Order: sequence, then structure tokens, then C-alpha cells
Amino acid sequence: MKRTVFKNRWLPYLLVFPQMAVTIVFFFWPALKSLQLSVFRVSPFGDRMTFVGFANFAKLLTDAEYYATVVNSFVFAGGVTVIAVTVALVAAGLATQKIRGLAAYRTLLLWPYGIAPAVAGIIFLFIFHPAYGILPYFLSFVTTYQFNWLLKGWVAMTLVIAATAWTHLGYNIAFYIAGLLAIPASVLEAADVDGAGPIRRFTAIVFPLVSPITFYLVALNMVFAFFESFGVIDAVTKGGPGGATEIMVYKAYKDGLIGLNLGSSGAQSVILMAIVIVLTVLQFRVAERKVTYS
Amino acid sequence: MSAVGATQAAVRASGREGLIRKRPFDWHAAVVHALLVSCIAVVAFPLYYAFVISTQDLQQVVQRPPRLLPSTHLLENYAEAWQKANMGRMLVNSAVMAVTIAVGKITISMLSAFAIVYFNFRGRMICFWMIFITLMLPVPVRIMSTYEVIGTLGWLNTYQGLTIPLMASATATFLFRQFYLTIPNEMAEAAQLDGAGPLRFLGSFLLPLSWANIAALFVVLFIYGWNQYLWPFMITNTEAMRTVVIGLEGLIPRSGTELPTWNLIMAGAVMALLPPVAIIVFMQRWFVKGLVESEK
Repeated sequence: MKRTVFKNRWLPYLLVFPQMAVTIVFFFWPALKSLQLSVFRVSPFGDRMTFVGFANFAKLLTDAEYYATVVNSFVFAGGVTVIAVTVALVAAGLATQKIRGLAAYRTLLLWPYGIAPAVAGIIFLFIFHPAYGILPYFLSFVTTYQFNWLLKGWVAMTLVIAATAWTHLGYNIAFYIAGLLAIPASVLEAADVDGAGPIRRFTAIVFPLVSPITFYLVALNMVFAFFESFGVIDAVTKGGPGGATEIMVYKAYKDGLIGLNLGSSGAQSVILMAIVIVLTVLQFRVAERKVTYS
Repeated sequence: MSAVGATQAAVRASGREGLIRKRPFDWHAAVVHALLVSCIAVVAFPLYYAFVISTQDLQQVVQRPPRLLPSTHLLENYAEAWQKANMGRMLVNSAVMAVTIAVGKITISMLSAFAIVYFNFRGRMICFWMIFITLMLPVPVRIMSTYEVIGTLGWLNTYQGLTIPLMASATATFLFRQFYLTIPNEMAEAAQLDGAGPLRFLGSFLLPLSWANIAALFVVLFIYGWNQYLWPFMITNTEAMRTVVIGLEGLIPRSGTELPTWNLIMAGAVMALLPPVAIIVFMQRWFVKGLVESEK
């Protein structure tokens, strides 16, 4: 850490004040409130609170419906992550070859990052539309299966995964391009001398070298998919059909604001907090070891 | 470099043999071009399709086989969607929200990073760790209680309610901290010898050096603010305060009695996604820098 030079009794406090005020009022205070709510039973009008210990958690952990939202969340986040990271690695691998027009190609690959997951969801909603969508139309030539997301849970899940993965792509591609460009030319030339073809060179040399970035992106994509996906669910499926796309953040909101079950919603928030802590620690552990090609 | 090397060697070889042999076709580059074009086609298709639908009338939207080419109803569809969904107001709300959040985050992060790097004060490390912990408290894990706080403050349906609670930023603070740490300590000492106070040093020395970081962060944070869903969804319930990302859903009828006007919905979607996408395209250099560096 750098030696500090300025001496002033009150100025540093004034400088950190805005950040600290927002942090305490809108982050720490509500988070502590959620922790507190998680061990109480609150009457629907919020006028009576009874301490119940871990009863809210116990109830959640034995609730098959909650268990289903946990599975949905991991299927959703896992699906989004696998698709968005794999496609991004392939695209970035192509966009770092020595060919002409790279700048244009890169721009054309990055822009989906700007699309809100909810807006992407609405576009995919029409692509998947049972009556007018282009995807069910083409699928109807090869199968008689009713590819209808309003009826089939897995189709609805595929819809929201595809839409969300689409919006993650630009982000992952930008990271992989930066990582691939950082690989020393000498390493790849050595492989070339050894007579490795492009695919072999990619699997044997490039892939292990970017694996720290891959782990980092996996953690980050999981966090995004877990915590920034309320929009796509709310705008497209509202958790349906039959709860097939109800993910944990959506249920926490629904039980809290619509069901007015504040205790359970608080306990769900605490469980979500534990997940985000694990993922963030993982992400920073990997970040420390990132970009070491020596 | 390897492919280029091989090509150059081939060019030299063909040059020596002069008229006898043509320059060999570069298969490697051709395959890469073809694969990249198909990648881009897949990535761009949903947007292309949304645009195409937004230019058709309802009859063309539902025709079988689907029409994959633009039609002539672009202007009337966009005008109608604009009217029907109160687009003008929603776009203004989104712009106000995105710009205020970006500027606010950058400003308060610059100030706190400056305090943390250039001062030695009691509670410095506590501040640092508290800022770090905000990373682990995304909106959904504290939504109910934050909603209560906003209600108590009387900030529901206000711009301050939409923006101020989202202004704390660990990533921006860390980015500025990293950047300040790369500036040689002698600079601050020299400024001090010249009699410049800390604020003078920040304003006339650090700030001019920070523009690249500020631009990069602005692009990323603008997109973050524009694309917020859960927050405006909770904090606003009047038409006048709705942002475009949440308002779009209002174009989709859920009752079943009303026929969905998919061409208008797609026109709305295109209008909602155009500003952030345009910013990425036109400020691509800053965007990549902001994305890659702010996450380190």
C-alpha cells in the first residue's frame, strides 16, 4: 500500500461520507433487517412479530416447492453459464486469429451486452411463440412435438436460458479476447513449430492458458444469472408454467411482496446472501491468480 | 502470426517462381471468416428478427411461412408504439436514471478512493471492507427491507429513489484506487511542496489523468442503469415514473381477450435496446476497457 501524504482531520471523512451513507442506509441496514426478519414470524399487517428461531429456515428446507426453485435456479444459472461461456470462447478464439476486418467482427460480437435481459426475453418470447414464432414453425417440419412454452416447463426454461445467455455473450467475449491477446506469441509459435493444427493448438495450449479466465467467468455468470435475472422471469414467464421457471429471487419477491410472508422472504434472502458470498469469494480467489502466463 | 508467417513465406515462394504459380488461396483465413460470419449471424438473428417484425403489419406478422424480410410499416408502427406505451416519457426516465447513476457512482467512488489512498484516517480499512461487502448484497437479497427504507424516506416514485440507493459502487471504487496507486507518490509530494491542498491535487492533477477511466466506467455503468429491472419495478408504480425496460412488458396483453400487437411490441423492444447498444458500438474502446478493468 502506498504511503499516504495528505494530513487533514476531517476531510477524509467528508470524502467517504456519500459512499458510506448510501452503503449504510441502502445496503447494510436493509441486509441486517432481512437477517432479523428471517428469525421472526411477522403477521400479515406487520404489526406483530414473534421470535421463531430457525423455524422459517426449517420450513423452507423441508418445503418441496422451495426445493424446486433451488433446482430451477441452478438449472437456469448453469444453463446460461455453460452456453454463454462456451460460445464466447469459440467466438473470441476466432476473433483473435490474424485475419482482416477484426475490429468490425469484434464490434459485431460485443453489442448484445447492451440488451437488458427482460428486453431479450420479450424478443425470444416471440421467437418461441407457439402460434406465430419462427422456432416452433421450423420445428414443426421435423417433429410433431408441441414445442409450446406455455404448456411445457422445459421449453419455457430453454426460452429464458437462451435469452439470458444471449445478453451475457458480449461480456464473456470481451474478457476472452483480452485474455487470448495476452498469450505470448512465442508460445503459439512453438506449438506451430511442433506441427500442431489449429484445433489441437486450441485444446492443448490455448484452453489451459485461459482456464483462470474461464473459472472467473463461470463464477461471474453464475452470480449474474442468479441475481440479475428477475427481469427476464417477470417479463416473460412469471415463474410459469406451473412454477417451472420460478427461480429463487423470484420466489423471494413473490412471497414477500405479494404473499406478505416477510419471515419466509427474509429467510430466503439470507440463503441467497450465502450463495452470493460463496460465489464472490470464489470469483476473487480466481481473480488473484488471473493473467499469469509465465 | 504463424498464419501470417506461413502466408508470407508462400507469397515469397510464389514470387520467386514468378509467372508459373498463382498465389495460393489462404484456406485458414477463409475458414475463419466463414465461421465468424456464421457466429455473428447467430448472435444478430434475434435482433434482426425483432426489427423485421417491427416493420410489418399484423397480417404479415402472423403469416405462414413467416416473412423474414422487412416490410413498409416501419414509421407507422414506431409512431403507434411510441404513442401507445408513452415511450417518450419512459425513454426520458431511463436516460435520467442511467446518467444519474453513472455520474453519481463515478463521483462518490472517486472521492472515496481518493480518501482511502491519500489519507491515513481512523476507520479507513473499515470503510474499505464495507464498500467491498456491498458486492455481496445485490438488490434481490435485501429488496423487501430496502423497499421499506425507501417508503419511510418518501422516495417512492421519485428520481432520487430510483438512483441514489444504487450509487454505492465497490467496482468503481476499486478501479479508481488501483489507478491512484499507479501514480508515483512524488507527484503528490511535489503538489504539496507547491502549496496545493488535497482538493486542488484531486481537481487539477488526478481528475485530468482519470478521464480514460471515467469514460470507460461511464459506458459500463450507463448500461447497468439503463437495464435495471427489479429496482424501478419496486420503487415506481405510476406511469409517469416508469422506465422503458419495465414499461415494455405493459405492451403485452395478458388477459387473452386482446390480440397482442407483436409488431408494436417489437418496435418498443428495438427502441428500448437501441440507446445502450448504440453506446457500446460508438464507444467500443471505452466499453472494453471499462468491462475488463473494472472487474479485476
